[in-house]
Amino acid sequence: MAEPVLSIRDLTVEFDTEDGVVKAVTDVSYDLYPGEVLGIVGESGSGKSVSMLTVLGLIPQPPGRVVRGEAIFEGEDLLKAPAGRLREIRGGKIAMIFQDPMTSLNPVFTIGDQIAEALLVHNPGMEEEEARRRTLELLELVGVPFAERRVDQYPHEFSGGMRQRAMIAMAIANQPKVLIADEPTTALDVTIQAQIVEVIKAAQRETNAAIVLITHDLGLIAELADRVVVMYAGRVVELADVFTIFNSPRHPYTIGLMSSLARLDADQERLEPIPGQPPSLISLPPGCAFHPRCIHSQGREICRTEVPVLRSLPGEGDHVSACHFAEELVARDVRVGATSGGGA
Amino acid sequence: MTEAPQAASVAQAETPSDEILRVEGLVKHFPIKAGVFKRTVGWVRAVDGVDLSVKTGETFGIVGESGCGKTTLGRTIIKLIEPTAGRIIFEGRDITNLKRKEMRPVRRDIQIVFQDPYASLNPRMTVREIVGEPLHVHGLSKGAERRRRVEELLRTVGLSPEHANRFPHEFSGGQRQRIGVARALALNPRLIVLDEPVSALDVSIQAQVVNLLDELQQQFGLTYLFIAHDLSVVRHVSDRVGVMYLGKLVEVGTREEIYRTPMHPYTQALLSAVPIDSPNQRGKRERIVLQGDVPSPANPPSGCRFRTRCWKAQEICAEEDPALVPRAGGAHPVACHFAEVMDPLRLAEAAAAQRAAAQATSQATS
Repeated sequence: MAEPVLSIRDLTVEFDTEDGVVKAVTDVSYDLYPGEVLGIVGESGSGKSVSMLTVLGLIPQPPGRVVRGEAIFEGEDLLKAPAGRLREIRGGKIAMIFQDPMTSLNPVFTIGDQIAEALLVHNPGMEEEEARRRTLELLELVGVPFAERRVDQYPHEFSGGMRQRAMIAMAIANQPKVLIADEPTTALDVTIQAQIVEVIKAAQRETNAAIVLITHDLGLIAELADRVVVMYAGRVVELADVFTIFNSPRHPYTIGLMSSLARLDADQERLEPIPGQPPSLISLPPGCAFHPRCIHSQGREICRTEVPVLRSLPGEGDHVSACHFAEELVARDVRVGATSGGGA
Repeated sequence: MTEAPQAASVAQAETPSDEILRVEGLVKHFPIKAGVFKRTVGWVRAVDGVDLSVKTGETFGIVGESGCGKTTLGRTIIKLIEPTAGRIIFEGRDITNLKRKEMRPVRRDIQIVFQDPYASLNPRMTVREIVGEPLHVHGLSKGAERRRRVEELLRTVGLSPEHANRFPHEFSGGQRQRIGVARALALNPRLIVLDEPVSALDVSIQAQVVNLLDELQQQFGLTYLFIAHDLSVVRHVSDRVGVMYLGKLVEVGTREEIYRTPMHPYTQALLSAVPIDSPNQRGKRERIVLQGDVPSPANPPSGCRFRTRCWKAQEICAEEDPALVPRAGGAHPVACHFAEVMDPLRLAEAAAAQRAAAQATSQATS
C-alpha cells in the first residue's frame, strides 16, 4: 500500500467533568490511505468522532485534554500545530461533512456565498467571478437542480437532502486530500440517504480524497467503506477490510453488533442483542471494557484483569483484534454477513 | 383550501370479532396561522383519509418517511389529537367523539410508548412514581399493593425493583425505554401504540427492546401498532404493514406481501433505498433512486400524491387519486394506477439468474 495520508498514533483524549475524568479515546491508532474510504463504526459514546475532531483542533480545551499521541498529516503533527495552521488546513486539505446541515450552514448567508467564501479563503487571489463560476460547477456536481437559481437562495430554502448536497459541495471545493464525513446521512430519510450516498461516491471520484466515514450505521459502512475501524468504549477493538469485518469478525463486540441487527431481506426468529449496557467512560470496567457484556469471556480472569492489546491475527494479513481469545472466535458461526445476501 | 372537512356522524360499528381497532377515513388537518390576527391561511394535511383494520394480537407496522403523518396517525388513533374527520372504532365501539371523561376508561385499554425516552419521562419523578402514575390516575391501587405492582412491572420489563427509587437521568436510553414500557403496561392495556420505540437507541440496545416487546406481546396477548421509519425493524416485528406517503396509506399487506411482492412504486423505491446488510451485496441490488423531495403536505399534488417523484406517472395520475384496493391480480390493496409486482431486494439477482438460465439453455440446445 502507498504511504498513509494521515497517521494517528496512540491518541488519548480526556475530558474533565464534574463527575470525573471522561476517557473519550484511549490509545487509538490507525492509518488513512489515499483514495480509500475508512469507516469508523461504533455506538454513541464509543469515541468514534472524538479522534477526528481532536485532529482538527475542534474539541474545546479545556475541558478536553490530549494526553498523548500524534496525528501525522503530510509530515506534520497536527496535534502540535498552532491554531492558525489548523484553520488553514480545515476546509482546505482536510474538509468535513457533518450530520446536521441545518446547524452547520450559516442561516444569514446564501448557499452560494458560503461556498464561494470557502473558495476565496483558501485561494488568495481568486477573483469573485471565478469563485462564483466554480461554485455553480460544484452545485451541479453534487446534483443541486437549477443551480443557477438556487445558488442565491438561503439554507432555509433548501430541504435537508439539498443542504447536505450543498455541504458536500463546500467540503470538496478545495480538492481536499482528506474528507471527513461524520454521520453524513443520519438526519436524512432513507430515500434521501440513497441520493447522498451516490453524491459522496461522485465527490470521491472527482477529488480522489481519502474519506473517513464516521457512523453508527452498519448499512452505510457495508455500502461505502473499504476498511473498517470498530470502536468500543474509546478504544479500537477491531480493524480490517470491510468484507472481513462483515464475514469473519474476530471481536465479540463486532460479532454481537452484527447479530443484533434486524435484516431487511431475511426473516429472523429472534434478534440476538448484546446483553447489558455500554459502560460509563468515567468508570470503565477493569481489563477488557467489553467483558461484562461478553458472552465469550465466560468469567475468565484475564478478561477482567488485562486490557487486551490490538494485535494482528496469524495468517489473516492486516486483520487486527483486541480480544484475548480472538482465535477462539474463528470457528464460531457468524450468523449475519456470512450469507451472500440471498437471505431467507 | 380554507375549510377542513367536519367529523363524520357517529354510528355503532359492526366489526368482525377478531378486529380490535378499525379506522375509517381518518383525517387530521392542522391549521397554518399567519399574520397579526393569526388567521388560518391554509391546512397541513398531516393525515388525509386513512383506513385500516388491526386484528387482536397482531403487530401492525406503519412505515414511512418523516412528515408522512405516521406519528399524527398514531396520536389521533389514541385521541391525543382530535381527528378532523373519520371514525376510530376500538373493540366495536366508536370512540371518535368521546369526551375526555368518557375516554378515560378507554385509555386503560390503549396505551402509547413514545420515541424519545429522554423527553417522555418526567425528570423530577422517581421511577416508582412514573410507573405508578397511571394506577394513581385511574384510582386502581394504593400503598403496599401499588408498591408490589410497580415492582412486578419493573421485573416484567427486565429492570430490578431496586430501580424504583431512582430518577430517569440515572438510566441509559435502553433502560429508560423499559421504564416507558412498564408504565404503558401498568393498566393491562389491550392495544399499545409504539411510536418509534427503538429509533433513539443504539443498535445493540434496540435488539434488547425489540425482543422485550415481543416477549410481552406473547405473555399478555397485546396488540401493537408499531410506527417506525426503519424498514428492517418493521419487517422484524410486524405481521402486517402499511406504507404511508404524504398522509395516506399507499399499500397495506402482510409482511411477505410488502417485503417480497411490493406493488406500489413508492414501497419499491423505499425498500431499494435501504442500505445493504453486508458488503457482499454490493452491486447486487437494483437501486431506485427517487428524484427530488417529498412535497409539502400543505399543498399536496393533485391525484396521486406520489406522482411528482414517480417514474411511472401518466396523465391519469394527476387527475385521479388511486383508491387503495387490490390491483393487477394481487391479493393486497395498493393505491397505484400502475401497480405491479417487483421485488427490489432481489431484482438484480433475479435478472442475473435469468440471464444465466437463458445462457445455459442456449448452450444446451446448441
